[in-house]
Amino acid sequence: MKNEFKVIADLIEKDKRVLDVGCSDGTLMKFLKDNKNINIRGLEISKDKVQKCIAKGLTVIEGNAEKDLKQFPDKAFDYVILSQTLQAFLNPELVINELLRVGKKAIVTIPNFGYWKVRLHLLTKGTMPITKTLPDEWYNTPNLHMCTIKDFVNFTNSRNFKIFKSLALNNQNVSLINNTNLGIKNFFADLGIFLIEK
Amino acid sequence: MNTDKNIKTLIVKKPLQLDCGKTINNYPIAYETYGSLNEKKDNAILVFHALTGDQFVAGTNPITNKDGWWSYAVGPDKAIDTNKYFVICSNVIGGCMGSYGPSHKDPDTQKVFGTNFPVITINDMVNAQENLLDHFGIDKLFSVAGGSMGGMQVLQFVSNFPEKTKTAIPIACTSSHSAQNIALNELGRQAIAADSNWHEGNYESKDTNPNKGLAVARMAAHITYLSKKGLQEKFGRKLQEREDLKFSFDADFQIESYLRYQGSVFVDRFDANSYLYITRAMDYFDLAKKFKGNLSDAFKKTKAKFFIISFTSDWLYPTQENKDIVIALNAIGADVGFVEIESDKGHDSFLLDVPDFLIAIKNF
Repeated sequence: MKNEFKVIADLIEKDKRVLDVGCSDGTLMKFLKDNKNINIRGLEISKDKVQKCIAKGLTVIEGNAEKDLKQFPDKAFDYVILSQTLQAFLNPELVINELLRVGKKAIVTIPNFGYWKVRLHLLTKGTMPITKTLPDEWYNTPNLHMCTIKDFVNFTNSRNFKIFKSLALNNQNVSLINNTNLGIKNFFADLGIFLIEK
Repeated sequence: MNTDKNIKTLIVKKPLQLDCGKTINNYPIAYETYGSLNEKKDNAILVFHALTGDQFVAGTNPITNKDGWWSYAVGPDKAIDTNKYFVICSNVIGGCMGSYGPSHKDPDTQKVFGTNFPVITINDMVNAQENLLDHFGIDKLFSVAGGSMGGMQVLQFVSNFPEKTKTAIPIACTSSHSAQNIALNELGRQAIAADSNWHEGNYESKDTNPNKGLAVARMAAHITYLSKKGLQEKFGRKLQEREDLKFSFDADFQIESYLRYQGSVFVDRFDANSYLYITRAMDYFDLAKKFKGNLSDAFKKTKAKFFIISFTSDWLYPTQENKDIVIALNAIGADVGFVEIESDKGHDSFLLDVPDFLIAIKNF
């Protein structure tokens, strides 16, 4: 299972109610269900991936987070997860607001556009960066709203959201982000993982 | 209508008070089963049929000698695997395949009911069918499943008997008929009533049948079961066994011939009065009404796991109406999964060979 999923799973206590927005083929959901007794639901836009989740016995609703999160009542879940999808929405701010309405806490992970490999690619090659986390070409990438870890931290601060924990992930290495190392982590982390609350 | 040795019947002794106020007892429910009930009696699936369906879900229908209406989905190793599960299906009351209905004799008058049969509702249908569980000694079903009117019965069953099923699969249905749905049903009913052989429902005593009216009703309904795209691809403007238009009102086009055929085979197996009663029950269905318009309250007491399925080209019970049920269930934190299957076969998709749909059910 992806390292990112392990990190997310560590942030969630046992026996909680969790919604995985953009749950893809349900790998994380299954892990949480089997290992931490999580009452887990999924929301996924791809019919194909929904079928895969159902085949694993997972409860998934086919839908679009931008339209379908509003059907869930306030604080319906202890945690809402949004893994590497924020940058693909037309209105990421709307989605974050909905996540924080539906869940008591939200776990958001983003590919860090400030990652040195990304910066280097653009600087040296002069073309849109392609990395393991950002593998698509500019003309067929679903990513509309890229941001850096620093961007995200600034964003949550400006909206007065509470950041419980910020983690930087790079291959196997997970490390805590705080005010002093923000700049460095913004440079060296491939992925940013944030546990936030309104 | 054949009520002969090919049809299994349970005579329900427990009186049932119908929504209309009348009470019935000692009434027959015709049913069929597939597969076998295991020792723990926890592998039973109760399937509900739709408007013109019957208890012959799979295998061969002994009356028409055709495949069961859900043969694509139910059978050995199929989506609903009869090697694993005990599938039960019964003819709804008001129907004409052996269960108590307008073509039965009124025990009080010894005459065929006709339109003197009480107006039944989906609630009545489900309450009547619950007797089957007692009959087989089943405390809790593994699942309840059905499409269209069958889906409505699924919803009603879970609402009425929240502890009696582990899972529920309502397919291509709605929690209440829209004005358009009612209008389309009324069209069918008026076609029957307009037939000079209808005699206010007493056609049995006059030894006639309002077959022309019933055939027209069926033709109209059948159009609602198919998608525009599906029809266009299958028939387009193709002509029926002729080179050019005949400038007459014969069936020039293949679609006309097809519809006429659908109408004519339907009248051989279905009773006109049953059509009136069952469409009426569908129009009357309004699950949220008892709960002051709050659909979520209808499901508050159940822990059943739901899987709701809709089809993209179904314009009779569109995806949004199915989604409304999902939303109502989410609002109370129910365990509900939902998928919209891509298909251009229209509302009828649930009856046909739509691989994504069958796989989804099998996996659930």
